[in-house]
Amino acid sequence: MTVRLTALHEAIDKVMPEVDGVIGVKSNPNGIVAPHLFLSSHPDDLAALAIWPKEPVPDTLKLIQRAHPEAKLAVVCRGCEERGLVEMAKHSQVDLSKVTLIGLACSQEEAEFCRCAKPYTVHAQMTVGERIEGVPDPLTDAFAAKSREEKLAFWKDQFEHCIKCYGCRSICPQCFCNVCTLEDEKWVETGRLPMPNPPMYHMIRAMHMTAKCVACRECEETCPADIPMAIHFRLIARDVKEMFNYETGAVIDQKPPQLLVLEEGEYERTGLPH
Amino acid sequence: MEYKNVMTTCPYCGTGCALHLQVLDQQLVGVLPAKNHVVSQGGLCIKGWNAHAFVNHKDRLHTPLVRKNGEFVEATWDEALDLVASKLKAIKNETGPDSVAVLSSAKCTNEENYLLQKFTRAVIGTNNIDHCARL
Repeated sequence: MTVRLTALHEAIDKVMPEVDGVIGVKSNPNGIVAPHLFLSSHPDDLAALAIWPKEPVPDTLKLIQRAHPEAKLAVVCRGCEERGLVEMAKHSQVDLSKVTLIGLACSQEEAEFCRCAKPYTVHAQMTVGERIEGVPDPLTDAFAAKSREEKLAFWKDQFEHCIKCYGCRSICPQCFCNVCTLEDEKWVETGRLPMPNPPMYHMIRAMHMTAKCVACRECEETCPADIPMAIHFRLIARDVKEMFNYETGAVIDQKPPQLLVLEEGEYERTGLPH
Repeated sequence: MEYKNVMTTCPYCGTGCALHLQVLDQQLVGVLPAKNHVVSQGGLCIKGWNAHAFVNHKDRLHTPLVRKNGEFVEATWDEALDLVASKLKAIKNETGPDSVAVLSSAKCTNEENYLLQKFTRAVIGTNNIDHCARL
């Protein structure tokens, strides 16, 4: 057992008596992992506690809280998952007041796999593992250096492979609208492949991820066509940072720009047309 | 309060993608892909992502329906299977076994599909057997 996994076991053992359950990742006998609710009534489950690959646990919390709003829960979360939970709380998707966050620091290898700028938690009440600094995102940087024509050609080529599985929408912890524009025939035609140009599905998702994407890369990981779509979400995030000084998941009581009402005179700061 | 995932194989086609059925308080509530599975590697198509939807769907039949006087009425399995067997027998006797064709389903297990082709070839007596996953 690795040092980090041992430390995670200790953290869970410590928090378990104070909560109704701990959300983490569990491995099945074949080594395939999935999110799981660990309960003190089923201590044997913890023998199969796993840490990699990461799983979309913010959505698991939402699912469980919808059915059990009073439950006291702990969630094992990485930096990206913590950011996801913070943003979901801002949009009333989860209630973090009864939740203990157990922060799991990512390893160098994991951070590089995710091209992650913040592979650690900042709000979690407990932390496990040694914090490492963020790593560069060579894919996004290489894309940003391209010319406008090259960028268009890059996305045209990438989106041609999309099979419209809706996996990126379905797995995204920040995609929670009750009515999804992507299911509106007016914007995304059912049964049409390859994706028309412009690919409205991906354009709409890019717009909707503005000031919401937490760079968890779950979308890229589930994409059967290997489309590196986090590239455009991350570039939009850089713009949001510049225009609104807003970084997803960073400050718990900072309202996201889409929930702000701008006062007269503030438009100039945003650089938006006014 | 209980939440767990049960790994299974997607029922929709022959590819064999793995998916997790999300079970909350004994109820099937959704699907998650299986990230480190050798076949699907964390991906699913739109069918797999919705593979839980038919299980508790309100339109799903709970008993066989037999058409009587132009309307479907609920029937027992014995009644429905007797009817199908007698009709198949009649067609076979009247126009020969090759006037029957059988289409099998990816929602069944390998063994059930084997049995159906055996039934088609050995009992009905035709090679007109195919499978929905032979896309």
